[in-house]
Amino acid sequence: MAADNLVEISGVSYAYDKRHPVLTGIDMVIPRGQVVAIMGISGSGKTTLLRLIAGWFKPTRGSVRVNGQLIHELDHEGLYRMRRRMGMLFQFGALFTDLSVFDNVAFQIREHTDLPEAMIRDIVMMKLQAVGLRGAHALMPSELSGGMARRVALARATALDPMLIMYDEPFTGLDPISLGVIRNLVKKLNDALGSTSIVVTHDVQEALDIVDYVYYLSEGVMVAHGTPEQMRASKDPLVHQFVWGEADGPVAFQYPSRNFSEELGLV
Amino acid sequence: MFNRGAIINVRNVGHRAIDSVLRLGYAARFFALTLAHSGTSFRRPRLIVRELYFTGVLSMIIILVSGLFVGMVLGFQGYQTLKTYGSESALGILVALSLVRELGPVVSALLFASRAGSAMTAEIGLMKATEQLSAMEMMAVDPIARVVAPRFWAGVISMPLLAAMFSAMGVYGGYLIGVVVIGVDEGSFWAQMQSAVDFREDIVNGVIKSIVFGIAVTWIALFEGYDAPPTAEGVSGATTRTVVTSSLAILGLDFILTALMFRGI
Repeated sequence: MAADNLVEISGVSYAYDKRHPVLTGIDMVIPRGQVVAIMGISGSGKTTLLRLIAGWFKPTRGSVRVNGQLIHELDHEGLYRMRRRMGMLFQFGALFTDLSVFDNVAFQIREHTDLPEAMIRDIVMMKLQAVGLRGAHALMPSELSGGMARRVALARATALDPMLIMYDEPFTGLDPISLGVIRNLVKKLNDALGSTSIVVTHDVQEALDIVDYVYYLSEGVMVAHGTPEQMRASKDPLVHQFVWGEADGPVAFQYPSRNFSEELGLV
Repeated sequence: MFNRGAIINVRNVGHRAIDSVLRLGYAARFFALTLAHSGTSFRRPRLIVRELYFTGVLSMIIILVSGLFVGMVLGFQGYQTLKTYGSESALGILVALSLVRELGPVVSALLFASRAGSAMTAEIGLMKATEQLSAMEMMAVDPIARVVAPRFWAGVISMPLLAAMFSAMGVYGGYLIGVVVIGVDEGSFWAQMQSAVDFREDIVNGVIKSIVFGIAVTWIALFEGYDAPPTAEGVSGATTRTVVTSSLAILGLDFILTALMFRGI
């Protein structure tokens, strides 16, 4: 495998049960140092793909390599060793509600290292400074706004300088200012830490501004991929509808149903 | 010929039976995992101490107050019954044995299930619903070792202590009513109690009961929380199931343990 790809997925299929495949025949590569987006409408299998990369699920077919290792063949210990080098930002932050902002960011460092408390403090403050929340270190998660919680979660996810940062819908439900802040942080942290980032999202315009490459999923199949410019210029009706947010197109506005006239008893 | 409705009913019964067996299997596996991942809790006792505060110390008020009232009621009722046979002086024995053998372990376990067990289920269920457990797993920290095992051991340690407090408070309640209010002779109240209560037969058996109840309640509460569907209804359903299942388990286990312990008496 090429050493410059951090993640390599080939021929991956996944199904929770045999009749309903979630992903079919996915091939993708994520080069080191890049920010890559996985896009698609809700229910297209994006989050499942992210969880396959994190070793949460095992693919029904195909292989997922992270940093040269087949992640689905690692044992519990090997998987945990790999995860120490990964960070994930969950959709709503998933901060530990019984710990302060400081302790949330320090959590991983305390669990995995024997560093003295003074050094942990320095690292945590640096991480919080990077997301602009050093002054909020003593607050509890319940005292934070949605955008702040997500920034703290980002500081926590990057606490051990991961090689791979995964974002699960990082822009959902944020006001425009917080959204801009998070968007810029994704790019800035990726470059500053020398990491690789995967952003799973359906917020097209925000993502297209910061990512290097886009994979587009529809109903579990990889239907298009390319640079943001290629995606914007795409003539593929599915991609076009998605990128420009059109209500009707290949993805129908109406949920499948019987004929409307029949429904109203007119025929 | 069977009609369609009957077939569906039979199928549903089968489904439920299979589901129950599967869940029991999961619960057993969960219990084994909890024990296997307990190392962290003992290497870092501070994790257990924190949970001891939440499950044990915060349950003390309800346990002490209930113990006092149960003891006082025993004082009244016992006196009424014993008076008929002219043996009021045996009130101390009646109060102490009822509490140490039965009411202490059983009532305090029932209270523990509704006070601490429901809180554990709701907390873990919500941690799961808000992806805190997933986040922990993603940080290569095993939630069973970090969240479940310390709570389990805190429950197992605090249950016998709470039962002992319940019994002590109950004996004091019985004394208040029997001796101070009604006027039973103080000397015979304490002396008869002392001579009739056996350390091995009564106190140790009571402690064994409360340890078993502690294991059962905490296991059920933690499993229900860990297994709860990550929705509002899921967590509320799991909390209810914790209280109902652990109460039934306490009463069932109490019968079995009593039958085993006191059959010769």
